[in-house]
Formats: sequence, structure tokens, C-alpha cells
Amino acid sequence: MIQHVDNPVVEIHDLTVTYNKKPVLWDIDLTLPAGSIIGVIGPNGAGKSTMIKSIMGLVPLNSGYVKVFDQDLQDVRSRVSYVPQKESVDWDFPASVMDVVLMGRYGKLGLFTRPRKADKEVALDCLRRVDMEAYAGRQISQLSGGQQQRVFLARALAQEADLYFMDEPFAGVDAATEKAIINLMKTMSEQGKTVVVVHHDLQSAVEYFDWVVLLNLRLIANGPVPEVMTGQLLQETYGGKLTLLAEVGELLTKKEFPSREKE
Amino acid sequence: MEHLWEFLSLSDPNIRYVVLGSVLLAASSAIVGTFTLLKKKALVGDAVAHSVLPGVCLAFILSGVKNPIYLVIGAFVTGWISLVLIDFITKRSKIKEDTAIGLILSVFFGIGILMLTVIQKSGNAAQSGLDHFLFGQAASLVGQDLVVFSGIALILMVAVMIFFKEFALIAFDTNFAQTIGFPVRALELVLTTLTVLAVVTGIQAIGVVLMAAMLITPAAAARFWTDKLKVMIVLAAGLGAFSGLVGAYISYVAPSMPTGPWIVMVISIIALLSFFLAPQKGILFRMFTQRKFQTQMLEENILKLFYHLGEQSDHQYYQARNIEDITKKRPFNLAKLRKGLKNLNQQGFLDYSEYGWTFTNAGKNKGQRITKLHRLWELYLTEYLRIAPDHVHEDAETIEHIITPELEQRLEEQLQYPRLDPHQSKIPYQD
Ligand SMILES: Nc1ncnc2c1ncn2[C@@H]1O[C@H](COP(=O)(O)OP(=O)(O)O)[C@@H](O)[C@H]1O
Ligand SMILES: [Mg+2]
Repeated sequence: MIQHVDNPVVEIHDLTVTYNKKPVLWDIDLTLPAGSIIGVIGPNGAGKSTMIKSIMGLVPLNSGYVKVFDQDLQDVRSRVSYVPQKESVDWDFPASVMDVVLMGRYGKLGLFTRPRKADKEVALDCLRRVDMEAYAGRQISQLSGGQQQRVFLARALAQEADLYFMDEPFAGVDAATEKAIINLMKTMSEQGKTVVVVHHDLQSAVEYFDWVVLLNLRLIANGPVPEVMTGQLLQETYGGKLTLLAEVGELLTKKEFPSREKE
Repeated sequence: MEHLWEFLSLSDPNIRYVVLGSVLLAASSAIVGTFTLLKKKALVGDAVAHSVLPGVCLAFILSGVKNPIYLVIGAFVTGWISLVLIDFITKRSKIKEDTAIGLILSVFFGIGILMLTVIQKSGNAAQSGLDHFLFGQAASLVGQDLVVFSGIALILMVAVMIFFKEFALIAFDTNFAQTIGFPVRALELVLTTLTVLAVVTGIQAIGVVLMAAMLITPAAAARFWTDKLKVMIVLAAGLGAFSGLVGAYISYVAPSMPTGPWIVMVISIIALLSFFLAPQKGILFRMFTQRKFQTQMLEENILKLFYHLGEQSDHQYYQARNIEDITKKRPFNLAKLRKGLKNLNQQGFLDYSEYGWTFTNAGKNKGQRITKLHRLWELYLTEYLRIAPDHVHEDAETIEHIITPELEQRLEEQLQYPRLDPHQSKIPYQD
């Protein structure tokens, strides 16, 4: 079940990504529809984060290309926002909540320009939208997991983008935060924005998303929730059939075999 | 004492220059070092510091003179080469970064020492003082040396001011910086260059062996006192400057003594003191908080025990109890118990008379609340987490002391104001 859409916000063509020669994504080919809330689902180590990173240009591509709004990412960066897994940064860093949210304005400000009063107001407003206004002056080391996630979301909102990628925003957050995030996503999609969310709880996935990408080293399905979230496809994503692919990957690392023939 | 006064008065222009130079370079390397620390590159700083030695020696061998400009260029070049090699080894082989750093550090430093020995044996008269580059000699910061090293220090400070926002961003979240289109590689290159330059400023006054400490230690000490990056930078600069000043003084009273070890010792003592004394993060403060919590637990446990005794004696809560009554029920450490009782008496939770200690109203309420929280928590554990009733007591012993009124209310609501705990004891609510 791999459905292609017209006028996609994201188009991934024949994408292969490797770490130390070991492929973690094999020949991904997919398109994502605009204005929806899209879940990227698969077990641990399935390559979900890697797929988001390769769209954002954070990992080198072995083959294939990615287009966003039908252009190279380079030309549409200001319309795209990335929320990394919150574990990817050191929350002991000496910064306040406000400092972090203001980083969302840096893309618009460019190099060497300090945030202006207007940027601070935008940042405060974004904090308000995630219910963290009262924490603006707080040190980030004092936040709970849920609050950290909200701060990251506020930073993303401050970017005022049209397309958002969020890596596991629901991991390690309290129920109230989860609800706040999902409400926020709904509002965003009503405003015509697209939200792509890495997630791994199947139960809530059906409820939260309009569109789902099932991933486990390769693309298993891509389409509307009712058609994708079927027993058989999920079995294929989470079941044991993929060990073969994983084993070949291991082999490539051990033998230092090139995953592509040199051209 | 007289020395100190003469030194601090800065009446001798030579002293003035040496002080100015030491303070500037110590402050500037501390400023750059703040970012080195935050990027968790402390070890890399050490490798660079050791790797500038062969550059210094080579510059001397090639030029035959001790001109600071040549020496700085030489130091800069080999410092950079060491970084490139570390990066190359880490990326292209299975060797991990820390091993690569150790490897490069020892190879470069070894070559440097070898060259230094050769130079010293060569009998070139100009070489005298070259060995200062090992452990530093602040007093030699005069004339052209002063101009060159202070000049670099000023450049470093200005550069950090210009790049402040960008450096803070790449130190906190490199990936994000890249996704918003910032030239991350170029920025890293600038920061690395500044780090190498910061090391180079210190080679004369502090020496290559200890220069890495001057890069990292002021920032590490400052981190204990603040959570604000700007404050941390200013503080690190201040602490660095102070230790630089001490180094200059030592150099003044004992001209033959190398200054690097002194400067580093001063900043290390400051870091150690910060480690112990700083509010919030310091060890002493944390020990004090722990103790306060221990006292609170003891006092609350005594009140809880008084409440239990009241329950047992047919709800006669306001009877006097003596030490024996208490220890029969629960074996307390006697000294601690006496102290706890005394505190509770002073705080107005217990009255004291010749018959023993008696609850005041406030005391009874508090004892009752702790009992209630204990039983509610036991019930919560058995009902929601399905833990066996005989395993929940220990856990509740701690949790009862930290539940806030807000959590207390949520617990009551979620459990719907239950009457009995898992051991069939009545849960006492306030009327
Ligand atoms: N920087 C890296 N270097 C080497 N291997 C990596 C790196 N990042 C991820 N991997 C490996 O790639 C695979 C996919 O990882 P990831 O994309 O993080 O999966 P997911 O997000 O679905 O859990 C995993 O096997 C992981 O161990
Ligand atoms: Mg992941």
C-alpha cells in the first residue's frame, strides 16, 4: 500500500542512507500530502530519525534526492522547521527558556543580528501557545521532560514555517503535554500547515494522524490511516520478516563492502 | 608585603606591561574556553596546546631568531595540523576520538621536546628562554612579545563578541543551526581557529604543558556559580584574569620561577572552592539540603508516631508520651529523637510537661496528614501499579514526606477518597 499524491509537500526519490557503510534506509520512494498530520511509524532502529534527518539535509545521502515544496531544501529552508529528539541536546546548557525559543528566530534574523524586541514578543507568544509563558525566564536545566518538549515546540513555532518535522515529540512527556501537543498540531493543520511526526505508539497513532508512513529500514506503506493501519502491514513493519534485511546490512559493515557500485 | 604593595601600585612600567599581558591573555583564553567546554572539547584543547610546541621550535630553527610573530605562526600551524589529523583519524579509521587525541598529543609533544633538545644543544645564543614555552614565564612578556600576545588576546575577545549568538547556537544544538541554514562548518572552523589562537596566546606566560587548563578551568569554575551563558563568560574571564595577575606577581617576586604552574594552581584552587562552596550546585550546599531533608523526615516521623500511638490508645490523641512509649513503638536513635522532640516543641507542634510530650492541635493535624499520605500512597501503589501490599510500606515511608498539597489533592481525587488502606487501616481525613 504505497500511495502517491499530486503536488506533494515532500517528495523522496530512491533514497538510500548508510552509516559506516551499513544501510539503514533502502530505496525509499514516497510523497507526502500537504496540510495533513502525518505519522512516521516503525520499531526502534527502523530509520525514522534518519529519514527525517535526510530530508533536513543532516545526513549525507548515498543515493536519491529529496524535494520539499518541489524545490531543494536549500531554497525553502525558512518554510521548514525541525524539532529534534529532545535527548539530542544537553539540557544542562546554561540557557533560559527564552534563549532557546529565540533560536527559532535566528533563521529569519540571519548571522550577526541580535534578536529584536519584536522577536522576543513572537517568542513569548509561542510560549503562550504551549502554555509555558510563565517559564520564560526559567533555566532549561530545571524543566521536566514534558516542559523541555514544549520549549522545543515553541522554538519551532517561532520559526513560522509551513512544514514541521517533529522527532518523537510524545516520548517521555506527561499526559497533559501530549494532549497540548496534539491540539497544537490540529490547529496547525487547520491553518494549512503540514506536520510530520515520528511516533511509535500504534494505538494513539490511529487517533492522531490523517496519514501514516510505515517504515522499517525500507518503506512498507504510505497512505491514509484506514488503509495503512492494517494487521498485515503492521505485522510486516514490526514482525520478524525483516531480519534478513538487517543481516545483509550487518554483512556490509563487516566486509566493508560498498553499498553502491562506484560510478 | 612590601613586594606586594610595590607590585600592586603598578609604579614600575615593566610591571604594568607584564600585568596587562597576563591578565589579557588569561581572560581571553577563558572566554574562548567557555565555548570549548560547552562543546565538550576539553581534550581537544589539551591536544592543541601540546601540539604547538613543535611549531614554535620549527619556527625558531627556520628563522634563527626568537621573534614572537614567527613563533606564533609556527605554533598556529602545527596546532591546526594536529586538529586536522585528529579529525581525519576519527573519521577514516576505527580509532575512537579519545584515542586519536591521545595519540596526536603524545606524538606532537614528543617531536616538540626532541626539537627543543636539539636547539638547546646547538649553542645558538638566541635560543635562551625558549624553554619558557614549556612552563611559561610571565616576566618575559615585554616589548614586541607583549604587543603580539596582547593583540591576539584582544582579537579573541572581539571575535567572541561578534560571534556570540552563533557560537552559543552551535554549542547547544548544531543540527538545528544547520537546518536553519547557518554555515555550521564555517562557524566551527572559526571557533576552532579561535581555540588554537587562545592556546597560542598563552605559550609564553603559561606554557604549552598547562595551557589547556587555562582554557577550560575558568569556565568550569564559573559554571558552578551561574546558569546564564553571558554571566558565565564574564565570570570565567574574571577568574582567569585574577589567576593571571597572581602569575605576574609570582614572576615579579621570584623571576627564576616558571609562572604557568602558579597560574594554573590558582585557577584550580578557585575551581575546587567553587565545587565545594557554590550555591545550588556546590557539594556543601547539596549536603546541607540533604541534612535539612533528613531533619524534616525525622520530625514528621515522630509526629506520625504520636498519631499512631493516639490511634492505638482509643483515639486519645492528646495524651502525654515519654521517650519509652515512643521507642517501644519504633526504635529511634535516642540522641536524634531527643533533638527532634526539642525542635518540634520549639516549632509549636508538641507541648512539654513533666509527664512527657503532648500533641498541640497543629501537631496532631500534621501527624494525621503524614499518616494519611502514607496510607494513600500504599493504596495507590497496590491499585494502580499492582504491587503486592506487603511491598509498599518502604516506598511510602519516603514518598509521604515529599508529596505536595497539590499532588495530595490529585491522589485523593484519583482514588476517590478511599476509607481503608491495603492493610485495612483507616485513612484519616481532616474534618
Ligand atoms: N550517527 C550514527 N552512526 C551510526 N549508526 C547510526 C547513527 N544514527 C543511527 N544509527 C543506526 O541507524 C539505525 C537507524 O537509526 P534511527 O534512524 O535513529 O532509528 P529510529 O529513529 O527509527 O529509532 C539504527 O540501527 C542506529 O543504530
Ligand atoms: Mg529515533
